[in-house]
Amino acid sequence: MAMTTTATAQRYSNSTYRTIRRVKTFGLYAGVAAVLVYMLFPYYWAIVSSTKSGQALYQFSLLPSLDFSNYWQLFHNPVFMGALINSGLVAFASTMISLVIGILAAYALGRLHFSPGRTILIAVLMISIFPQVVVLSGMFEVIGWLGLYNRPSALIVSYLILTLPFTTWILTSFIRDLPTELEEAALIDGCSRLRVLTHVLLPLMGPAIASTGLLSFILAWNEFLFALTFILTDENRTVPVAIGLLTGSSRYEYPFGQIMAASVTVTLPLLVLVLIFQRKIVAGLTSGAVKG
Amino acid sequence: MSAAERMQRQQNRTAWLFLLPLIIALVGVAIWPLARSIFFSFTDAFLDAPANYGFVGIDNFITVAEDPVFWRAVKNTLFFTVISVGLETLLGLAIALLLHRAFIGRGIVRAAILVPWAMPMVVSTRIWEWMLNDQFGLVNKLLVTVGLVEKGIAWTAEPSLILYTVIFIDVWVTTPFMVLLILAGLQLIPEEIYEAAEVSGVPHWKRFWSITLPLATPAIGVAMLFRTLDALRMFDLSYVLAANNENTMTMSIYARDQLISFQDLGVGSAASTWVFMIIGLIAILIVGVLRLDRATG
Repeated sequence: MAMTTTATAQRYSNSTYRTIRRVKTFGLYAGVAAVLVYMLFPYYWAIVSSTKSGQALYQFSLLPSLDFSNYWQLFHNPVFMGALINSGLVAFASTMISLVIGILAAYALGRLHFSPGRTILIAVLMISIFPQVVVLSGMFEVIGWLGLYNRPSALIVSYLILTLPFTTWILTSFIRDLPTELEEAALIDGCSRLRVLTHVLLPLMGPAIASTGLLSFILAWNEFLFALTFILTDENRTVPVAIGLLTGSSRYEYPFGQIMAASVTVTLPLLVLVLIFQRKIVAGLTSGAVKG
Repeated sequence: MSAAERMQRQQNRTAWLFLLPLIIALVGVAIWPLARSIFFSFTDAFLDAPANYGFVGIDNFITVAEDPVFWRAVKNTLFFTVISVGLETLLGLAIALLLHRAFIGRGIVRAAILVPWAMPMVVSTRIWEWMLNDQFGLVNKLLVTVGLVEKGIAWTAEPSLILYTVIFIDVWVTTPFMVLLILAGLQLIPEEIYEAAEVSGVPHWKRFWSITLPLATPAIGVAMLFRTLDALRMFDLSYVLAANNENTMTMSIYARDQLISFQDLGVGSAASTWVFMIIGLIAILIVGVLRLDRATG
């Protein structure tokens, strides 16, 4: 059937041809619009709901009503603000540690001709796919030994299992794509490997490090299971757990307006960063998967 | 010893030195805890006094295997994984094909679809929980207004619906990731093949079946593998939506429940070791199928 359409396509007059093309273009843009509504509307609705309180929350106007009392309450809630600071610190620290260790490892795995390298890379990949719950009891013990139970630093340590394989894997594939000439010149001039890494490669890796760091930050910022398990008291919690545990005094007093305000607040910085670094993130995410 | 050998040896030493921090860190936070978890599964230790234990052989594994709640959790997880990864792949492929076309604002649209993916799962769950609320949710309001239902549906409370709601939310969250990976795969297909096909008069649908799909299959396969392994360990979505409701309980929730709520280090570890074995087996099967596919194709 489709064969006949292509065969007859040549016999269409100019104006029918143009109409068909217009319909197709219209279909394309309609499809794109539908995708955008599906992907973005829920977040938009969260923003709208976060600016409504009382009865307004249960009416369905699609425009925000610019009542910021939910945000005002949220920013005067010491538990939420504390959680925001904890989340920031934990995500930042585990990302920094992962980047330093990951850059060193990526140099060895991506540049040095080294036969166990492949095995190590596969082990790293396997660690990144095994379920967190599998190490939960062992991790509990490690954190107890380190004396970190119920401290945000327990999360910095345990998040390395998420962020470290990820940064190592992506930075290795970035380093492999860099030209080797500069380094070889530096090595011939007698530079040590470490100096080559810090003075020649590192300046070239700025964009790669930024996007890897951002992805690792998102991973740590969004983590839930360890944060729920290793932290007991409210003042040490991270934001996802704080939001996950936010409930009203009863099922019918659910503080939806506040939950939406909290949701918008913790997501906004991530979204701004993601939109700025969009190209780099896509490159980072896909280089690991498609080439590997 | 030749100069080349000496250089290789020196390079090996440097490589180990650069890898040392990684190895120490991963042994500390991954391999050692994994080994200890497996070790504890053969003991009767409790969480408050882990040093105080005796060996009980495979009793804990049997306890878990005889618990119908565990098998319920396994069933939920497998059902959730198969349906959501399937839907995500189809939807991801459809959206990727759409966004692969040339149109004005393509860059911005591709960035915008990252929004659901970048959000914390907890936040996405909370937003959908609000939109799907039985009394005040937008979705029910729309359905009632249109006249499809008379009274709001309890999407997040009705036992027969809640697992589908979980799947629905998961599809929303992870489709962007699928789209990105499949788009990257589509971009690797050389334009010339399509031009040649077009010149020879190969119809659209046939171009899709005989060019696009086979050439995008490796990318789709990798994306599905990643998503499957990710879905099998799902925890936060079900937990935030329904805590330890048996209708949505996943394997991860079951194992954590044994360990933390019941403080039973032995049985909890055995449950997580079961999870490890089940997911390991599935991973080996999938990788085997992918390899076979590549070898024969």
